[in-house]
Order: sequence, then C-alpha cells, then structure tokens
Amino acid sequence: MSSETASSNGTLLKVDNLEKHFPIRRGILWEKTVGAVKAVDGVSFAVAEGETLGLVGESGSGKSTTGYCILQLVKPTSGSINFMGKELTELGREDLRRMRREMQIVFQDPYASLDPRMTVGGIVAEPLEVHGIGTRRSRGEQVRKLLDIVGFNPNFTNRYPHEFSGGQRQRIGVARALALNPKLIVCDEPVSALDVSIQAQILNLLKDLQRDFGLTYLFISHDLAVVRTMSDRIAVMNQGKLVEVGTAEQVYHEPKDEYTKALFAAVPVPDPHRQRERKAERARLRAESRAESGDGAVTA
Amino acid sequence: MALVEVNDLKTHFFTREGVVQAVDGISFALEKGKTLGIVGESGCGKSVTALSIMGLIPKPPAKIVGGEVLFDGKDLTKLSEHEMQHIRGNEVAMIFQDPMTSLNPTLKIGTQITETILAHRDVSKQQARKRAVELLQEVGIPRAAERLDDYPHRFSGGMRQRVMIAIALSCSPRLLIADEPTTALDVTIQAQILDLLDQLRQEHDMAMILITHDMGVVAETADDVIIMYAGQIVEQASGYELFDNPEHPYTEALLGALPQLEGDEREIREGRLTAIPGRPPDLVNPPEACRFAARCPYSDSGDNCSTVEPQLREIRPGHWVRTAHPASERSGERQTVNA
Ligand SMILES: Nc1ncnc2c1ncn2[C@@H]1O[C@H](COP(=O)(O)OP(=O)(O)OP(=O)(O)O)[C@@H](O)[C@H]1O
Ligand SMILES: Nc1ncnc2c1ncn2[C@@H]1O[C@H](COP(=O)(O)OP(=O)(O)OP(=O)(O)O)[C@@H](O)[C@H]1O
Ligand SMILES: [Mg+2]
Ligand SMILES: [Mg+2]
Repeated sequence: MSSETASSNGTLLKVDNLEKHFPIRRGILWEKTVGAVKAVDGVSFAVAEGETLGLVGESGSGKSTTGYCILQLVKPTSGSINFMGKELTELGREDLRRMRREMQIVFQDPYASLDPRMTVGGIVAEPLEVHGIGTRRSRGEQVRKLLDIVGFNPNFTNRYPHEFSGGQRQRIGVARALALNPKLIVCDEPVSALDVSIQAQILNLLKDLQRDFGLTYLFISHDLAVVRTMSDRIAVMNQGKLVEVGTAEQVYHEPKDEYTKALFAAVPVPDPHRQRERKAERARLRAESRAESGDGAVTA
Repeated sequence: MALVEVNDLKTHFFTREGVVQAVDGISFALEKGKTLGIVGESGCGKSVTALSIMGLIPKPPAKIVGGEVLFDGKDLTKLSEHEMQHIRGNEVAMIFQDPMTSLNPTLKIGTQITETILAHRDVSKQQARKRAVELLQEVGIPRAAERLDDYPHRFSGGMRQRVMIAIALSCSPRLLIADEPTTALDVTIQAQILDLLDQLRQEHDMAMILITHDMGVVAETADDVIIMYAGQIVEQASGYELFDNPEHPYTEALLGALPQLEGDEREIREGRLTAIPGRPPDLVNPPEACRFAARCPYSDSGDNCSTVEPQLREIRPGHWVRTAHPASERSGERQTVNA
C-alpha cells in the first residue's frame, strides 16, 4: 500500500491534543498525590483508512499509553479521539462495546498476552463469543479459518499456548485480533520478543493481511528498521510529545527534529562499511548537540 | 600466540529429557585488542559458550565434555575453582545481559565496586574507594564521587550498564566478555555504550568477545565474526568478509530477514522479508548430518545433506563455512525461500 492510495482514502482515526497523566503517589499510610507523569502530553495525528502509521520512540516515551488511550483501555486525561466519525471519549458503555469490534490490539509479549488456561481455539473464539457472533459451531469453523489465514495449523485448536513457540503464539494473537474483522489494529511491539527469522514471518503476515483485508495499522515499535518496513508514515514520540510526523521517506531522509536525527543515527545497520560512516556521523551529531547545550555530561 | 584460543569446546547439559548439546565443538582464536562478535538466534549456545570460558556453567547439569579454553596458553577448563576465581577477577571479566538483575539492589553502587576491587587487589578501603570514583568517571558517570552512595534503583538502565562495565574493568582484565550488553537498552544509549566499550578496548588493549543477536551491532564492533546455529559454528570470517560475501545459506537468510533501515522507499515498504521457515532443531537429538538442512533452501538438490555431516572448511583464507552449499559454489539460479 503506497502513501498516495492511503491518503486518498478517508480518515479513519483522528487524535487531537491527547493527554494522559498518571498520578505520582507517595507515602505509606496516607498516600498523597505529589505530582503527575505526563505519559502522553498533547498528541495529535490522523490515520487514513488502509494506512499504516508507525509510532516510534524510546522506552517510556508514551507509545503504548497512546495506543491504550485510542482503544479506551485507559481513560485519557483530556483530548479527543475520533474513530469512524465517532468521538470515543464521549461514548457510553454499550456504544463503546460496539465500536470495540472495529479496533483490536496485538501485544508485544506472546508469552504474557495469551491466557495460559485457555485452549488456542478458545482464545481465538473469545471475541466472537463476547460479541455474541454466530453459533458455537459456526464459531468453530470461523476459528479454523482464522488460524489458517495466519499460518497456524487449525488442527491444534485444542492445545494450549505454552505448547507453541513465540512466533506461533504471536500468530494466535493475530488470529484473535482478526476475529471480529476490525478496521484498525494497534500493533504494540508485535515482534520485539521474537528472533529475526520469526520476526520476518510475522511482519510478512501483517503486510499480507493488510493487503488482503484493507486493514489500518497503528504500528508501535522502538525498532526503526521494523517501523520503516511497515509504515507509510512515521510519528516520532519523545517524552510524551510527538516531535515529528511525516511520510517514512521524509522522516528518514529529512528529519526536521534534532531528536529524530539522533534516533535514526543511533541505529546500527548490518553493513560494516556503511556503519563506519554512520558511526562517524553519529559522533559528529553528538559533538554538535554537546556544543549547543554547552555541557559534556552524559545522561544515559 | 593468540591471547585466547578455544579448541573444539563442547558443553552439554545432562537433563532428564536427555543430553542437551548446547555447545558442540566451538573453536576460535582472539588476539589482544581485537573484538570477536558471536551472533545467532535465541538458544544457539552463545551464553553457554561465554559461561564455559568463564568457568561459570551450572554444574550439574552442565559439563564441559570436550575441548580446551587456552588463555595465555593456560587451559582454563583444567583449573580448580579457586584458581578460576583468581583468573575471573584479574584477567577475564564478563558483563551480563540484564543490568537490572546483575547489580545487587540492596547495596550501594560504591560498595559493589569497592568489594570487587578489595577481593582482587591488595589495597586499603580508601584506595579502593578512590579507584571506584576513577572507574565511574572513566565510564562517563557525572559527579562520580557523590554517586557512590546511591543505590542501583536511582540509576537508569544505561547508567547501570555503565556501572557493570566499571565493575568488569575494575581489575583491568585482558579479556572482556560482553553478553548482549545493550539488548535491554534504547538505541541512543546502546550507541553510547558501544562507543564506550570501543574506547576502553583501545585504551587498555583489551580483547573483547561481544555476544549479540543484532547484526547491526556486530557490523559496527567486530573485527571477526562467528555465526552460531544449534550449538555449532556455521560461518566464521572477518567482519567485512562476512557481510560482503556471506557463504552459508543461514547467514544469507539471516541477513535477508532483516528489515532495512536504508534503501529505496518503495522496495522497503512493499517488499517482503526473507523469512526462514521452521525453527532450529532440538539440541537433545540434533540431526545427525547438517543441522540446518531442514530449513535450507538448497538441501534437497540431490545431495547428501541429511546423511553426511558437513565439516567447517576454509573456503577462502580466513573464511570458514559449514555447509554443502556455500554461495560461491552454487550453480544456476538462486532459489528463494518462502515462509
Ligand atoms: N499505569 C501507569 N501508572 C503510572 N505510570 C505509568 C503507567 N503506565 C505508563 N506509565 C508511565 O508513562 C510513561 C509512558 O509509558 P509507556 O508505557 O506508554 O511508554 P512506551 O513508549 O510504550 O515505552 P516502552 O518502549 O518501554 O514500551 C512512562 O514514564 C511510564 O512509566
Ligand atoms: N540449565 C539448562 N538446562 C538445560 N538446557 C539448558 C540450560 N541452560 C541452557 N540450556 C540450553 O542450552 C542451549 C543454549 O543456550 P544459551 O543460553 O547459550 O543460548 P543463547 O544463544 O545465549 O540464547 P539467547 O539469545 O536466548 O540468550 C539452549 O538450547 C538452552 O535450552
Ligand atoms: Mg510500550
Ligand atoms: Mg544468551
């Protein structure tokens, strides 16, 4: 999917001035709120139907919290989230439940995100049951079809997640996310726990599914190469704020923000010749920013 | 003579399920001042190799069942635990993957560094403390003297990894083994740590073994590279040679599986990655012949991959490969792997 076709489609998701503050509490007996972590601090962006927006940034920058706010898994402190023309922050329980069918999530850790006491079939069928879709029998068929789509042997529906490898478990997670035929899938570090060969399988799968079903992705990752291969546009987060949004090409080739520049320069590429040059560039950037800020202190 | 020479090292785990051949015949040599990168996917035996060199494998269930680890000509596998302790403090040091678990949360940073120094050097407490400050300064921790009295939780992940490096360097080791030293860190911090390690290696003329699963990190740091698969070396060459002319189908596949940061926008976004079908074999009963055969795109072209074990052979000077189908000996069209 190229960015041109994406932008000619309508806007599926629009986030405006989103904020999420977590209270910082101190004290043992008399807990007091002593401040707030501004996990998400005034974030705005839009995602077109069929597009992938990549969300990158370092640990703690607020990527997951942004994703959770959009899905209403955590309640935003303020701001607006417009999805398929509806303001999610104002929906009542029942309406929200209905909207949830259209937006799903795939989590990072295929080990922790699947209920170990449920069978593979049960895990994938659960969203269908919750939303009262189909009969027990038709759901069974649907589950087999979903597992087949994600490349997981449908004959293993009676087995448990722990019997499978990380890549296989992530396929189960993807099948579950697909079950309700959603418009939007938030992928929160979907391949970070996987080895490269398995990572490639899952990334290919996500690419294929997008092409076949016209899915829209918010693709969260701290791995810039992964984000680049998946995204039409890239949004860069730093300390709760979006410092830059643009096409993958723009953000990569002409980063406007200093932080974006430093972030891309820090990624080592698998080519020793090229990496020598990148390392020199990285040293130059660091010297520059040190000269600007006028101190040589290391803050890592 | 090389500073480190590992010859046909075999470390197995004797478990109820059978014998896990975690490290099965590893050999390499490393000169002082040089960096060896060991790469491979999870479970291929990188950490067990490192722990075997350090004499830190859990016995039982693990046992070094063959080979030798020559350090300065001395076989470390033959030393007593007492002698090994001396080596570990003074000659060889290791940085472990997770900086959160390898520092003691209940002890001040300063105490943890001075304890190591006092255990290995005949110095006073005061001298040890002075040395600790120097070390923290050397690894780039600002206001080092004040920070000695902080507990680890006051430090960020990158700072803790710096402290681990300071502790590892406290006795000026001649060999530093770093097991995934940056895997838990953000890329900008990773870059700083890699720069720091590189600088320290140069200043102290230290040899370094850097274990990682990140091909980019290897490309940046390693003079020589070993690619491990299922407990064995499948390819070994200088960094430039390995990335310029990969020979083993597994190495090629690993490189093909990586998403590209640089290159043509359209190709990157619309292209598919080369996935490697299947997964590594069980190390209790590894395939008798080629361990990669089941996943190899070239394995059933009328050869004997599943009956004859390929040996590690020198395909070009200094470039070793273990496969019946090295890239430079393949004829005709390259097959593509689809998964
Ligand atoms: N439930 C919570 N209570 C308090 N603070 C929180 C909570 N969830 C997140 N935070 C804080 O909000 C900030 C953003 O966290 P978030 O998990 O969104 O970051 P992230 O970009 O996803 O990081 P990572 O790459 O490590 O997953 C962090 O400082 C985090 O500690
Ligand atoms: N205590 C143990 N008992 C049995 N087998 C073990 C034990 N520790 C390690 N192994 C096995 O030894 C093999 C090599 O493990 P090792 O930790 O060296 O892998 P690695 O290459 O470092 O992987 P990673 O990238 O995940 O750190 C694995 O197959 C593992 O299952
Ligand atoms: Mg997160
Ligand atoms: Mg390891």
